[in-house]
Amino acid sequence: MTPPTTTGAARAITNVDERPVLRERGQREVFCGLTGIVWMHRKIQDAFFLVVGSRTCAHLIQSAAGVMIFAEPRFATAIIGERDLAGLADANEELDREVGKLLARRPDIKLLFLVGSCPSEVIKLDLSRAAERLSRQFMPDVRVLNYSGSGIETTFTQGEDACLASLVPELPRAAGDARSLLVVGALADIVEDQFRQTFADLGIDNVDFLPPRLSTELPSVGPGTRYLLAQPFLTDTSQALENNGATRLSAPFPFGEEGTTAWLRAAADAWDVPERHFNAVTRPGRDRAKKAMERYRERLAGRRIFFFPDSQLEVPLARFLSREMGMELTEVGTPYLHKEHLERELPLLPAGVCVSEGQDVDRQIDRCFAAEPDIVVCGLGLANPFEAAGVTTKWSIELLFTPIHGYEQAADCAELFARPLSRREALAI
Amino acid sequence: MQLTLWTYEGPPHVGAMRVATAMRDVHYVLHAPQGDTYADLLFTMIERRSQRPPVTYTTFQARDLGADTAQLFQDAVRDAYERFQPKAMIVGASCTAELIQDDPGGLADALNLPIPVIPLELPSYQRKENWGAAETFYYIVRTLSRPPADDRNGRSRPTCNLLGATALGFRHRDDVNELGMLLRQLGVDINVTAPWEATPDDIARLADADFNVVMYPEIADTAARWLERTYGQPYVAIPPIGVSATRDFVKEVAELVDVDPMPVLADAASRLPWYSRSVDSTYLTGKRVFIFGDATHVLAAARIAREELAFEVVGLGTYSREFARDVRAAARELGVDALITDDYLDVEARVQELQPELVLGTQMERHIAKRQGIACAVISSPVHVQDFPAAYAPQMGFEGANAIFDTWVHPLMMGLEEHLLGMFSEDFEFHNDATPSHLGGSATRGKAAAAETEDESIADVEALTWSPDAEKTLSRIPFFVRGKAKRNTETFALERGIATITSETLYDAKAHFGR
Ligand code: SF4
Ligand code: SF4
Repeated sequence: MTPPTTTGAARAITNVDERPVLRERGQREVFCGLTGIVWMHRKIQDAFFLVVGSRTCAHLIQSAAGVMIFAEPRFATAIIGERDLAGLADANEELDREVGKLLARRPDIKLLFLVGSCPSEVIKLDLSRAAERLSRQFMPDVRVLNYSGSGIETTFTQGEDACLASLVPELPRAAGDARSLLVVGALADIVEDQFRQTFADLGIDNVDFLPPRLSTELPSVGPGTRYLLAQPFLTDTSQALENNGATRLSAPFPFGEEGTTAWLRAAADAWDVPERHFNAVTRPGRDRAKKAMERYRERLAGRRIFFFPDSQLEVPLARFLSREMGMELTEVGTPYLHKEHLERELPLLPAGVCVSEGQDVDRQIDRCFAAEPDIVVCGLGLANPFEAAGVTTKWSIELLFTPIHGYEQAADCAELFARPLSRREALAI
Repeated sequence: MQLTLWTYEGPPHVGAMRVATAMRDVHYVLHAPQGDTYADLLFTMIERRSQRPPVTYTTFQARDLGADTAQLFQDAVRDAYERFQPKAMIVGASCTAELIQDDPGGLADALNLPIPVIPLELPSYQRKENWGAAETFYYIVRTLSRPPADDRNGRSRPTCNLLGATALGFRHRDDVNELGMLLRQLGVDINVTAPWEATPDDIARLADADFNVVMYPEIADTAARWLERTYGQPYVAIPPIGVSATRDFVKEVAELVDVDPMPVLADAASRLPWYSRSVDSTYLTGKRVFIFGDATHVLAAARIAREELAFEVVGLGTYSREFARDVRAAARELGVDALITDDYLDVEARVQELQPELVLGTQMERHIAKRQGIACAVISSPVHVQDFPAAYAPQMGFEGANAIFDTWVHPLMMGLEEHLLGMFSEDFEFHNDATPSHLGGSATRGKAAAAETEDESIADVEALTWSPDAEKTLSRIPFFVRGKAKRNTETFALERGIATITSETLYDAKAHFGR
């Protein structure tokens, strides 16, 4: 990596909850929302994601997925060609034809997402109309929806947000005002099962998850719905749910023992679960989590960590690592700081930590070297150059591919950060 | 529109990145949205480069589109120049920026930077990665090269340039090294290697060499032709991959610059010819191999497979449409149909249909072969992280031929083991679905049989019935020839109008087709 030099660029310091936030607008080094397809296509088992884009889009997904082909993937790219650029009418026809072929080959698909990209948006190919048209043609066998994963509109995890937001209008309307709990954000199946059990033990039944594992099991939503965000990047989904009458339960995110307990408590409070019962139900998980995390605390305490903006998980994870693992935060970068959804997280960050939003990657690399962190959380493009410069890293994409939510995974989450440090210590070369 | 699951090549600007990243003191400013920065990981993760690629992306967003993306681009160029202080810059647009038509070349030009700024025109909706690399290299050469220095012939030894090695290339790192050694041994010095580790100053000196070596025609052909036209610099375009091709290469170079090839040819350091003649290799005879990849590597592989290992090439294809003609010609000579496609599913179907014993391909074919339980070796880009080995493993030159022998033969069953499996197919440890013992257990064998049954898409074949005894006999045939035996038997039955296949039919077919 290159030595620091400074040039002027767009930046501003503003306050969020009295905390200074460094806002930057320069080169970003973040994937676009198409990346979400890599985990979403595994989560919803009867859904297919068809990106309408360029060769670049196809190449991005393939590179992010690492071409680990175990089964035929449930995603593909319809690559726009020159002819499509020449006439939009033809582009629509072509799209219909490709979709027809695809659905004929994959009769198991019940839900098709047309995913917009930068090129499809710049040429104003209207995918919502295409989705309506195709839905009319293929319903009731296949429902066709659309959302944008484009890099001009979305970063990385915002793709999941856009996808879920497009699902919300499809959710059946809940009859009456009966209370139900909706957990929002793709979780590992095992985590989902654990949470389901805990809520049942707390006496909260009527719990649903969005996204569901099958598109035929869409949860209903109405004024009785209270929802808990499992991921901090679900701005549009949240808005869409509110439009359907649902109410958000404000909570920190379920990372670490503290976060998980507070998150569960938000639901317990809304359901008037008695404190004693709540404690009795959560005690074993809390104890197990604490015990399991102990050994990583030894490794992580006092270590300095720097977050590059990537997944939007940065703030909750920084909170977890500083409060429960005793790590020292230098800069916590995030592509987008959603004040409201982070209202219970930001106050838990120690004073003096630099929170930054947006990016100017070269300047941030300079700041990172100056901060002399023990470990840097960053995207795949930056990781090896940092390692080569002697800086230990943790790639952020893994945080989306590994179960890290809840009590039983709290230690696994800590371990993800401890392992690169242990490795560096173990290596005698 | 073209439906794509996996692509063999990225967009053309990734080809430009491969050139820029291979070079020194060059910076590339790419007008592109943020997601396009994914391309950095190809170099830092897959190739394990320790530096970020020298690329600045403008990462414009939707809100910039209404405003001034041109200004954003100019700022990015100016900032990149100040920060990285390159000796030359290339500027261009990705697929999205191409649509907003900001004219990166003109915008950069207006900044009057004190270095050469080379605009790229890479039509993203028509072209692909290798073409992008070739075009970028050509632009760079055309802009930066200078007429030969006067003392060109004052040198005591002839010199050449090695052209075509880029970042993210299949074994380019080691090929450059191997070829350099070979040429020096031959009495030829290397003037410049490019784009690999070349600076803009090195490009300026290209014309000083006596001739060019086109290592990878996909990338260096355009530039080499231009150098020939402009400076009368001849080029050698035989990629020296395999023993015979290396010998041809040596002879052609020797003739061109009038040196004696004999010392190099006489002590040719390849073990391949002897290994191939040694009795242990008898079992390689007639192994049915399917070859797919870029044109350079498949053409070389076809020759090696046939002439140097006595394999039978049953299928040959490429995704390099620019070189389709050459591959078609080679296929015709081999008596097979060339498969020219960039659709992974076409390749998969062809492998399914041909049931080869060995697949030589890219990382895509590795997956195809794995799913069908067929042995595989990687011979061409695109490749994954494991194909950038720590060990020295060139493809070119005599040492390259050694590496090729090892990597191709390794996945195959050893000779005696193959016989024992055939003889004692019911031994419980030796069962039919066993993998080569030196490769350890693998769960993929079972799938081979399943895949075979899925293959019966052709109505005629579906109409055939296998009697229980024929099925039993078939199951006793070792897995690595079972696919072929099944296919041969069915073809045989169809040709003769046999509706029910019995053991008898199977043996008749065996007699008819030979091994
Ligand atoms: S993690 Fe490693 S092996 Fe997996 S896709 Fe990325 S580079 Fe390839
Ligand atoms: S940033 Fe845009 S063009 Fe690039 S991969 Fe993402 S959607 Fe495609």
